[in-house]
Amino acid sequence: MTRDAALSHDALAEQFPAAEFGESYGQRIVRVPRKDLVAFVAAARDIGFRMFIDVCGVDYLRRSPRFEVVIELLSLEPPSRLRILVGVPGDDPSLPSITGVFAGADFYERETYDMFGIVFEGHPDLTRILLPDDWEGHPLRKDAPVGAVPVQFKGSNQAT
Amino acid sequence: MSNPPDIVTGETETYPQMGESEALPEPPEKPTPSRRRTLHDMWVSGTEAPVDTGRFTDEGAQEMLAEEEPDVLAGQRGTLVVDDYDEAAVSDEETQIVNMGPQHPATHGVLRLQLELEGETIRRVKPIIGYLHTGMERTGEALTFMQGPTNVTRMDYLSPFHNELCFSLAVERLLDLEVPPRARAIRILMTELNRVASHLLWAATTGLDIGALSMMIYGWREREACLAFFEKTTGLRMNHNYIRPGGVAADLPDGWEDDLVAIEETVLEGLADYEGLLMENPIFLERTQGVGVLTPEECYAYGVTGVLARASGIDFDIRKTFPYSGIEQYEFDVPTAEHGDVYDRFVLRFEEVRQSLGIVRQAAESMPLGDYRSEDRKVTPPPRARIDQSMEALIHHFKIFTEGFKVPEGEVYQAVESPRGELGMYIVSNGGAKPWRIHVRGPSFAHVQALPAMLTDSLIADTIAALASADPVMGDVDR
Repeated sequence: MTRDAALSHDALAEQFPAAEFGESYGQRIVRVPRKDLVAFVAAARDIGFRMFIDVCGVDYLRRSPRFEVVIELLSLEPPSRLRILVGVPGDDPSLPSITGVFAGADFYERETYDMFGIVFEGHPDLTRILLPDDWEGHPLRKDAPVGAVPVQFKGSNQAT
Repeated sequence: MSNPPDIVTGETETYPQMGESEALPEPPEKPTPSRRRTLHDMWVSGTEAPVDTGRFTDEGAQEMLAEEEPDVLAGQRGTLVVDDYDEAAVSDEETQIVNMGPQHPATHGVLRLQLELEGETIRRVKPIIGYLHTGMERTGEALTFMQGPTNVTRMDYLSPFHNELCFSLAVERLLDLEVPPRARAIRILMTELNRVASHLLWAATTGLDIGALSMMIYGWREREACLAFFEKTTGLRMNHNYIRPGGVAADLPDGWEDDLVAIEETVLEGLADYEGLLMENPIFLERTQGVGVLTPEECYAYGVTGVLARASGIDFDIRKTFPYSGIEQYEFDVPTAEHGDVYDRFVLRFEEVRQSLGIVRQAAESMPLGDYRSEDRKVTPPPRARIDQSMEALIHHFKIFTEGFKVPEGEVYQAVESPRGELGMYIVSNGGAKPWRIHVRGPSFAHVQALPAMLTDSLIADTIAALASADPVMGDVDR
């Protein structure tokens, strides 16, 4: 997009050589290694992506790394969106929290933790948010069972 | 002075008169306070002792005596005066935590707020959500792209068209599918009318919350005109499943132009009434001005968008910044304000209703002719009549309604300007007929999160006004 080009990403690319810039359906995306995440988000905020929009997780079950955490940022002057993708391995589902950069990431990270069991290190209060505190498992993981609610009828729990 | 004789017995009873020599009898000794007085307790010595069965009371059948100790009882009745209050013993730092919700009528759904109060001042706010969580993102993974709008339309139930539009635009971007101009114009028309309906409902409930009780009736009354049009067009008043990938479900109904003219007239008339009712009312000003203030920095940090951000002076409207569905061809203004308080949000929402009605009018006047959904038979089912004539059409129909259409692999984020703010959907497709992942970024979720910023160090009475002005829809927050 022409308007995206107005916002210089060169500074970011120079500062973080490990980050891979790309484009997906007319929107700029960047893959960042998780150790660089906080510094990258802070740098992106400082060059103009001032508004925090979204954090969510994706479970690509049989792919490596298994999880991906997606952070959406927005710049208003000039209008541009930046999507930051962070790969998170399934055997160590953790990455640094960005609540120190954007206070609004708090609820979104809690939701991602709740749904995927991805631990955000440094989050001030990483607890379940949508599900009850004593819920077992993380329902948006692809290996979480669907529709397996036990009921008290003979044979009803076999076919799930 | 003697008393008159008794009518029945003819006897004259004498009472001790005032000033006579006999001393008043001693009052009987108070029975020891017991939990229940039985006949045994009232036994007078010298008479035959009654059998204490423990069952007899002096209550009788028509009376109930309290069982509690007198001072406890006084506490319960509220007649107890506690005069051991020692001001020095109560610390100034003492706070109390009050639960508001999840069944509070002014929380607009099942939102629970825990407020830590110091006197009447709020020191800390903790929003607690999840009471309406039904796992709709997971449900969305089990439904095909064809069935997707039925699911997402139930999330933000006050702006169902925006949910459907956002989902459809995202899927169309993945499909690289061009939608006919008439479908695009109908989409804008319906979503903008939905914005009007949503803002009217917001004005009604917020008016009620801050004490303008008539607003409750007025707002719903005018909204009804919009809903009647929705029902006429889509068959449903809510959760329409009208905007689908590839176009819209049906063409506009007969006489739609006249209906829209009537709606505009009704709503504009109502709007003038609301403004006359509220905007200069001193009680209303007192309750809204300087209440629930958000600074632009807080909006950026918390992802606050929509009217809340514009009230704080951030000129951001997705319809202008990232236009969708051809909305850039209509003329409209995006009003902004600078104080960021509840009053400004009222002003902006009322103005937005006017602007949206203007867009609806322009869309109606310039409504292009043509098809209301894409001709791509891989995505939209063929007309019913074609199925009887063409084997191809039958196959397409069968494929779409059993398997659904396949969407190329990819991930896309699409946002639309819902009445509450930026409604975004992040959809990942793995090349199948069902989304691999569908994440909904609801504006209310961010706004509920920003409540502590709005409410900290304000008065508890302002909670209702600030919360209502954020217009959270819990279906959107919990999904």
